[in-house]
Amino acid sequence: MNERRTETLVVTLVTVTNLLIAFFISGVVIWALGEDPWFALKTLLYGAFGYDEGLGYTLYYTTNFIFTGLAFAIGFHCGLFNIGAEGQAYIGGLGVGLICLWLEDWSLWLVFPLAVLTSIILGGIWGAIPGYFKAKHGSHEVVTTIMFNFIASVIMVNILSHVLRPPKEMSPESREFAEGVWIPQMHEIFDWFGINITQTPLNGTFFFALICLVLVWRFIWYTRWGYEIRTVGTNDTAAVYAGISVSRNIILAMVVCGGLAGFVGINEIMGSSHRIMLNFQAGIGFTGIAVSLIGRNHPLGILLAALLFGILYQGGAELSFEVQAIDRHLVVLIQGLVILFAGALENLFWPQIEYFVKQLARQ
Amino acid sequence: MSTSAIELTDINKNFGNVCANKDVSLKVESGTIHGIIGENGAGKSTLMSILYGFYLADSGAIAVQEKSTEIRSAHDAIAAGIGMVHQHFMLVDTFTVLENVVLGTETGFSLQESMQKTERELQRLEKDYHLEVDINAVINTLPVGLQQRVEILKALYRGADILILDEPTGVLTPQEADHLFRILNELREQGKTVILITHKLREIMATTDNVSVMRQGEMVAHRKTSETNREELAELMVGRKVLMQVDKAPAKPGSPMLTVKHLDYTDDFGVRRVKDVSFEVNCSEIVGIAGVSGNGQSELMDVITGIKPLQKGQIQISGQTITSTVRGNAAAMRRFGMAHVPEDRQRRGLVTSFSANENIILGYHKNPSYNNFIEMDRDFIIQSCKKQMEHFDVRPDNPHLRASLFSGGNQQKLVVAREFERDPALLVVGQPTRGVDIGAIEFIHRQIIAMRDAGKAVLLVSVELDEILSLSDRILVMFDGQIMGEILAKDADEREIGLLMAGVRKEAA
Repeated sequence: MNERRTETLVVTLVTVTNLLIAFFISGVVIWALGEDPWFALKTLLYGAFGYDEGLGYTLYYTTNFIFTGLAFAIGFHCGLFNIGAEGQAYIGGLGVGLICLWLEDWSLWLVFPLAVLTSIILGGIWGAIPGYFKAKHGSHEVVTTIMFNFIASVIMVNILSHVLRPPKEMSPESREFAEGVWIPQMHEIFDWFGINITQTPLNGTFFFALICLVLVWRFIWYTRWGYEIRTVGTNDTAAVYAGISVSRNIILAMVVCGGLAGFVGINEIMGSSHRIMLNFQAGIGFTGIAVSLIGRNHPLGILLAALLFGILYQGGAELSFEVQAIDRHLVVLIQGLVILFAGALENLFWPQIEYFVKQLARQ
Repeated sequence: MSTSAIELTDINKNFGNVCANKDVSLKVESGTIHGIIGENGAGKSTLMSILYGFYLADSGAIAVQEKSTEIRSAHDAIAAGIGMVHQHFMLVDTFTVLENVVLGTETGFSLQESMQKTERELQRLEKDYHLEVDINAVINTLPVGLQQRVEILKALYRGADILILDEPTGVLTPQEADHLFRILNELREQGKTVILITHKLREIMATTDNVSVMRQGEMVAHRKTSETNREELAELMVGRKVLMQVDKAPAKPGSPMLTVKHLDYTDDFGVRRVKDVSFEVNCSEIVGIAGVSGNGQSELMDVITGIKPLQKGQIQISGQTITSTVRGNAAAMRRFGMAHVPEDRQRRGLVTSFSANENIILGYHKNPSYNNFIEMDRDFIIQSCKKQMEHFDVRPDNPHLRASLFSGGNQQKLVVAREFERDPALLVVGQPTRGVDIGAIEFIHRQIIAMRDAGKAVLLVSVELDEILSLSDRILVMFDGQIMGEILAKDADEREIGLLMAGVRKEAA
């Protein structure tokens, strides 16, 4: 077994072990509440996969987490801890919505690329400003990006309630834009092939997310730009020696982060709600951090982790609905345990598992 | 026969699969200076760490002053009368000499009391061993030679009868080193035992009574210093005959390739590191910059290679003139045909968590031959990496192996392969053989001379005087940011260079 494969095996085993422990403890909690943990697990999995509507919601959430997970990962490879995906998604989403409102008579084939572009530009700007402060003045990105989350939030409340809210409407949201620029929903897409599935918010953006996964993978590991970003992230002294501009790469990485986070707006606004709403991004940006960390900042890992959180969101909702003693707070607890074990305590069993795998490899 | 201060019997120590010490036995006679010599990675430091309680031997016995002793921690070692002067000093920079010596031995409730007690004791020690240091001086105001003296005092204060010095002269000028050896002699005369770990044959020959040679974790020979010579020791260290002198034809310098004029550099803390330095390097010539580390050589190199900004002065490379850069620009310098083997391969020359093939393109990753329109040409990179690794004898020649998994010598060969293979016009080389085994040193030296013979201009910066002397055609000596003098290698005299390195100009001497 070569070194790379051993490493992959260790990483996989560590992650799986940590997830199992998180689920085990959740099970104990459920059992202590007087409910059957097995039944709870079955309900959760059934809720997430058991029927087409559940699966639709699961994948719909997954789509969001893929975008914000990738947004975190790119920054991470550049040595940044970008916790601003929340705000970047919010502002990027605003761009998507504005394009749709403005060009609602145009063909989707034109509006979609423009929406992607606007999302990259606005989300990118929202990432680039903290990136600039980091690169030129050394302001820590954790502090600045979280501040930018708040700024984004205030700006959006203002725009939505004072600019975009149609007269005589009570709620702070824009009007619905014309159906021509809606991204086809999954049941419509299946309908073209004559397959009937239940309507869910899941839409074509899901495929776009998968494409993004592949593009990010190739970008990070197969292009010179990705190479520069990784060099800056791993050893910035070596980067300077190699003539790689540290500040330019930090800003570039933050722009890509912001752009990817902004795609949440495509899924949420163009694909599902068809209007700009308050807090459409709520929590998705932060969950992206956990998704990326659990997925070890690798697109394949991010896909699996995003799916896991999709399951927890959708299955968890089902669980709190079905089982009396389990309310939505308990579902948050389960998510918290997953983050705790797979994210924060990831090194807990690392030495043991590594030792085990190395022994195995030697034989 | 005199009594033994330390006797190690059949010490074994393994780190995973790596055998660091194998059946090592060593007897150090009381009241002698005993040298332990070996290449990097021969197991000297591991052995001493076992003796000082940092590592526990897998098997074997230790006897101190002819009593079987178990040493489980540095505390045990100190209790047994063993003191250690580390290669990198273990001093608190902002404390005074006295505070550093007290540290860890303070007793009772009042610090004042221990301070006074220590002060009296220190004064006695300084007088007995001629180790004069101002005990109220703050450590970071003292020159390195004196800091080392403080380390020795610290060990003596803790009651050391046996003193281990790990590569003590790495940071000293030849004069400071001589002074250290006088101190060691003094210690021996007072009945102390000294163990000197080094890879410098000159020091062994000059100071020790006995010498033990280690190679690949084993003790290969014990000799009386008076009954051996440099050549024999070198051969024992490497396990084969070594050319002590590098063969090279006389230089036939061509036209100037690099011209530096009035270069001045002040660092971020406002310290003027490089002071009005001017020199030139011609084609087909190796110019060596000698000096004790920390005298501005690193900063000078960084400015020339575009890592640090050119604040004042002028650099000309192959006719192109650069007058100022706001930030450094190493990429531009590479475009002018400069290749750079950096002083610190771990932090600068390599991204150690990247594979060999990703490291072989560091700094050249934008090269069109490595890139397709969007993605990089991975297959080509791996192929050419493999070729370069074979060419420069990097072992193992596996382009997929992570850089951190190569030995120091092979990591350095990887860096050298990357920079030399580029066919540069100007080559800037810093500490090319630091932490590299003798076999690799020979190889790298030959490559540097081959570059010169191929008509390249080579600027070599090294703190190893032997390396400067054997490779350079012209030698510049730096002290305190200035060039103290220029000497043609053929009439170089070690003593003269030593004085220049210590800041003494010819006229004054």
